[in-house]
Amino acid sequence: MTITVYVPCDSAALSVGADDVAAAIHEQADMRGLDIQIIRNGSRGMCWLEPLVEVLHDGVRYAYGPVTGADVPGLFDAGFLQAGRHDLALGPTDALDWLANQERLTFARVGVIDPLNLADYQEHGGLVGLHRAIAMQRSEIVAEVTDSGLRGRGGAGFPTGIKWKTVSDLPDGQKYICCNADEGDSGTFADRMLMEGDPFCLLEGMAIAGLAVGASEGYVYIRSEYPHAIATMKQAIRIWEDAGLLGPDVAGSGRPFRIKVRRGAGAYICGEESSMLESMEGKRGTVRSKPPIPAVAGLFGMPTVVNNVLSLATVPVILAKDASFYKEYGMGRSLGTQAFQIAGNVKRGGLVEKAFGVSLRELIEDFGGGTASGRPFRSAQLGGPLGAYIGEEHLDLPMDYEGLAANSAMLGHGGIVVFDDTVDMAEMARFAFEFCQIESCGKCTPCRIGAVRGKESIEKILRGEEVARNIALVEDLCEVMTDGSLCAMGGLTPMPVLSAIRLFPEDFDRTPAAAAAE
Amino acid sequence: MPTVPPLDIDATVVDICRQHANAPADLIEILHDLQEQIGHVPQSALPTIATALNLSRAEVHGVVSFYHDFREKPAGAVTVKICRAEACQSMGALPLIERICARHGVQLGGTSADGRITVEAVYCLGNCALSPAALVNDKPVGRINDERLNAAIRGAMS
Ligand SMILES: Cc1cc2nc3c(=O)[nH]c(=O)nc-3n(C[C@H](O)[C@H](O)[C@H](O)COP(=O)(O)O)c2cc1C
Ligand code: SF4
Ligand code: FES
Repeated sequence: MTITVYVPCDSAALSVGADDVAAAIHEQADMRGLDIQIIRNGSRGMCWLEPLVEVLHDGVRYAYGPVTGADVPGLFDAGFLQAGRHDLALGPTDALDWLANQERLTFARVGVIDPLNLADYQEHGGLVGLHRAIAMQRSEIVAEVTDSGLRGRGGAGFPTGIKWKTVSDLPDGQKYICCNADEGDSGTFADRMLMEGDPFCLLEGMAIAGLAVGASEGYVYIRSEYPHAIATMKQAIRIWEDAGLLGPDVAGSGRPFRIKVRRGAGAYICGEESSMLESMEGKRGTVRSKPPIPAVAGLFGMPTVVNNVLSLATVPVILAKDASFYKEYGMGRSLGTQAFQIAGNVKRGGLVEKAFGVSLRELIEDFGGGTASGRPFRSAQLGGPLGAYIGEEHLDLPMDYEGLAANSAMLGHGGIVVFDDTVDMAEMARFAFEFCQIESCGKCTPCRIGAVRGKESIEKILRGEEVARNIALVEDLCEVMTDGSLCAMGGLTPMPVLSAIRLFPEDFDRTPAAAAAE
Repeated sequence: MPTVPPLDIDATVVDICRQHANAPADLIEILHDLQEQIGHVPQSALPTIATALNLSRAEVHGVVSFYHDFREKPAGAVTVKICRAEACQSMGALPLIERICARHGVQLGGTSADGRITVEAVYCLGNCALSPAALVNDKPVGRINDERLNAAIRGAMS
């Protein structure tokens, strides 16, 4: 009987040798005359265990990791194909605390299925949501999404159903669904993992969105830094076209919907929705002034739904179950689950999908296992490069939109970047300005000039020059940027800067002597 | 990268534009295709693109210069993109980048004199749980240190 072995093809797994491991397993099986099939699944999200190899034995998947090519002969010797004991054996995958303590709704299939196998997708609940949506009125689909409480996962947290309603209510005509897969925030990789591990789920969410608002064309804008996600999404689209799930008649609905992939070109600002739309039209990615909002005049001036990958990929499960199922998770006005990404200087980094309300301590300490270096925790940056730094005293904050906002922080796209006590927070503040300088679209002065002045002022602080005066200058500059920037690039760069100054003043307290002694 | 004679570049450009139905909205895709095929986006290609897409040269130039991906000159035989965003910094990316550049005799963003290697900065590769991270000729390499990255570079050169 053929034995099934799983070796992820997720690019995190590839980055630590998954292809070598798959090749070594093939080779050993051939040599030993064993009948195996290797499935290249997505990642389970336990990045520190990658490459994580699984074997299906008596209907249960057993995990081994992290495996290198050199470990493979030993694994065969230990009988891992029959779930044999070995130093790298972790036991049944689903029983691992790290996974068992999650609530995986959006990521239910990621790492479980063969990403490009349609039968596998359907056996694991795929297409149920689309079929239900096809049988519903447009307004009913929109109402279901609104009732679920789903909010945009791209950062701003705007209610998805309300955005859809705006587009749906506009007169029929050319409308677009644009998926934002620019995922530029440091510390985030959930969009990538989903596109590489369950691409059909995103297509299903987009098709449902198309039905809901009356759009016949969709685009996925994927950053060029994600070559594997681009390739997987393109293949997934082809498979869906061949299966009649995309094209002139979506799954027998009588309605057309097509999806194309557009590549980004290395500009962080193109994650901002209007800049993304400019880029998709083949132009410089400069931010558009609002109004009009994209829902009214988006791609090529037509009504457009712009949603993050995870917002769209969460729609199928909401339609497959229903709104009340989804909103049983979460707290307050943050309903459902969030894909937290634990990254940086952390022992067990990866993806944790949990209901909103989990504390940062649970994420960083229980899931993350503390710092990778073993040194004391000092800070974490939440929500990407425009998000605030937090300190030890914030670890018990519940992770939800409102709770974090009340503490001058934000959830953003769910990234958590951990730093140990060697971090220099003045350097991090300098970098925040530098990043803004590199990535500013240049349209408005507070951002374009502010970033440069801010960086220069912090460099003076680092050299111990007129520290108090320069800190005051930075604070004034931040006020101008917050109030006067057209978009959140300039508007939120002050978040990391001011949080660093507020929480870690000692790092800014440079004297010329101290600076010179370094 | 092979050096392509100018005449062929022109033909290649015309061809790529045609594959995109000469649609101005496809400009960025066209530039990507061109860079994939000939290794860079030479200034000399811009007028041809502008004519094909019925855009002004200034418009095409404006787009090319806006995006960090497009390079005017060919890159080295091996292109290393190293992440210098926050998560990778938390694991020592910045000093690592300095050491790698020094070892290969390149400036960050530049190509070595012998044309063997280009080292570029990127801001997040979506591999932040296995930081520091790099792409070596589009192949992801995670948890890099000097040894792992140099091995990947050697692998790409051979
Ligand atoms: C500078 C900047 C960068 C952004 N980057 C992204 C991104 O990479 N991905 C994303 O989905 N949203 C990003 N956003 C948010 C988008 O503008 C927009 O709110 C989002 O795509 C809407 O989708 P959602 O409602 O599903 O979250 C960014 C915003 C700003 C200001
Ligand atoms: S804030 Fe910066 S990125 Fe945003 S529109 Fe202004 S210049 Fe462009
Ligand atoms: S910050 Fe370096 S890979 Fe994300």
